Amino acid sequence: MGKAAEIDIVSVSKVYGATTAVDTISLKIPAGTYCCLLGPSGCGKTSTLRMIAGHETISSGDIRLGNTVVTDFPPAKRGTAMMFQSYALFPHLDLIDNVGFSLKMKGIDKEQRRARALAMLKLMQMDGYATRRPAQLSGGQQQRVALARALITDPEALLLDEPLSALDPFLKIRMRAELKKLQINLGITFVHVTHSQEEAMALADLIVVMNDGKIEQAAHPRIVFERPATAFVARFMGDHNVISGRVTNSVNGLVSFEIPEGVSLSASGQAEIGSSVDIGIRTDRVRISDAPAPGFGFTGIVANIEYRGSSVKISVTGAGIDDFTVIVSDQAFFEKPVAVGDAIPLAWDINDAIILGRLDS
Amino acid sequence: MAAIAADDTTTSSESVVRPRHTGKVRRGGASLSSYLQATPLAVILGLFLLLPILTIGMVSFWDYDSVRIYPDFVTFNYTETLGSWVTWKTYLNTIKFTVIVWLLTAVIGFWVAYFLAFHIRSATMQMVLFLICTVPFLTSNIIRMISWVPFLGRNGLINSSLIQLGIVPKALEFLLFSEFAVVLAMVHLYTLFMVTPIFNTLMRIDRSLIEAARDAGASGFQVLTNVIIPLAKPGIAIGSIFVITLVMGDFVTVRFMSGGQSASVGLMMSNQISLLQYPAAAANAVILLIVVLLIVAVILRVVDIRKEL
Repeated sequence: MGKAAEIDIVSVSKVYGATTAVDTISLKIPAGTYCCLLGPSGCGKTSTLRMIAGHETISSGDIRLGNTVVTDFPPAKRGTAMMFQSYALFPHLDLIDNVGFSLKMKGIDKEQRRARALAMLKLMQMDGYATRRPAQLSGGQQQRVALARALITDPEALLLDEPLSALDPFLKIRMRAELKKLQINLGITFVHVTHSQEEAMALADLIVVMNDGKIEQAAHPRIVFERPATAFVARFMGDHNVISGRVTNSVNGLVSFEIPEGVSLSASGQAEIGSSVDIGIRTDRVRISDAPAPGFGFTGIVANIEYRGSSVKISVTGAGIDDFTVIVSDQAFFEKPVAVGDAIPLAWDINDAIILGRLDS
Repeated sequence: MAAIAADDTTTSSESVVRPRHTGKVRRGGASLSSYLQATPLAVILGLFLLLPILTIGMVSFWDYDSVRIYPDFVTFNYTETLGSWVTWKTYLNTIKFTVIVWLLTAVIGFWVAYFLAFHIRSATMQMVLFLICTVPFLTSNIIRMISWVPFLGRNGLINSSLIQLGIVPKALEFLLFSEFAVVLAMVHLYTLFMVTPIFNTLMRIDRSLIEAARDAGASGFQVLTNVIIPLAKPGIAIGSIFVITLVMGDFVTVRFMSGGQSASVGLMMSNQISLLQYPAAAANAVILLIVVLLIVAVILRVVDIRKEL
């Protein structure tokens, strides 16, 4: 099929009246990448996608697709195709006419466009339903038709607005795998908006975490998970404890900081003495251990225990830290069980405490 | 579910048996209460719609002379009506009015509804403008018709303005008491019946469909012809039924605005009634009813309006 296009977003903003939905973001999505725009609702991810698609005017900045600046182009001239959140299939047309809609708009004659639409439906394994109306299909089938309709324009980039949100959990996981397979087969750039970090981790080559109209981090999922750039990313991706404190000492690449009314902890990195700092600690890397290295552990009271099958989630409070989560394997837990109210010592390795950046610094 | 519950005796047997029991009781109660709930409407429709139509149907077979009507079973009311060229000419005239008024109200009605639905952004403004559309309905049809007279008359506003501006040398005669005036008044009276149902369907069109069409490269006009008009069809059909039935049955507007120079089926019946020819008028009414029902049936065959009801 068509060639993939690199998408280059250069200091793009979107302003609605007094509110800024997207605040001067810059992002380069390499050709053939599966990119996920990830963030809570209202973070500007959908606005960004709609600006790439051309359904939203760009307040300032430019968007380049391949070698063309498409900032002022109408949607159909950009070489992108969009798949809408609720699929937006035309209820009055059967599947062939839905898929062949863009060909009809181009004035391609009926025979040819029906043949091409049918071929595209076949690719999506929906050719058996060609004469049905969208209302007669299930959610997963509707999604396939919406994909067929988007892909028939032979786009260089496919833009998906929360494509899986309308499906039930089981179907979600199946369609997720289909999307990934399709992207690999077609080799075109996919930009996928989602608020589910699980979905983003499973699909993306490039995760773009957005918050408040800004990009917090854009990197490979593994980097986003292992080295979250900011406290927001660490919290949003989950499985991290985020602790804030004030730096008391910084020598030899080791930062010590104090939690208000609590213990003093350390992390490797650099920071100015007196500034406030956030660190992230992976919940699954914390051990229940009697011998913490100074600055890499504390003792807290067990507030809650959740059994999760292969692991047990323990919530600990104390030493000025409100809610500290520890995930231990079920085996380790039942060898040395703890109960709510127990005081337990916690420890982690130097490498597992990461200093998180701040956006404005 | 029942099979599973049968094995599990302690908790779920309760939860299965109880709904069944209450279900039976409720079904009996529901049937009685639903009959009761349907009664008022059934009585009203029976008394004020069905009974009069049956009476008209019955009277249409009666005999009459210039003073009274006689219970009988004769068919000459129908043969006379259908055999007279006056009837056919009047029907043609009525259908002509209907077609012209239907086309005009459909175009204007769609236009207004489209503007309200797609160009007015705020819901409050939409409601305000829609209510403004209904303001003329606060007065009666007759008054709205009469208000055209000082406007269209020989010495009316339009003619005096045109003469003073030197556009026409002498007053235009066709403005009032003409077929033009009839059509104008009907369009004025009935356009809102088109606007309302079309506005309703347009408001229900998912806006992402329009974006999807744009994404597929549709121009503004293509969006209109390929997405909006097909999806507005049920509204157009409902509005058409309103307008067509109203125009087919109209006699006040025709009599008043044509100054007695034009005829319609309704007017013909009204004349027969004033001559006490009730059975002839009744036969005419039955024929008109059949014609209008046929038109409605054709509309319903072409467009599926069930989604709107």
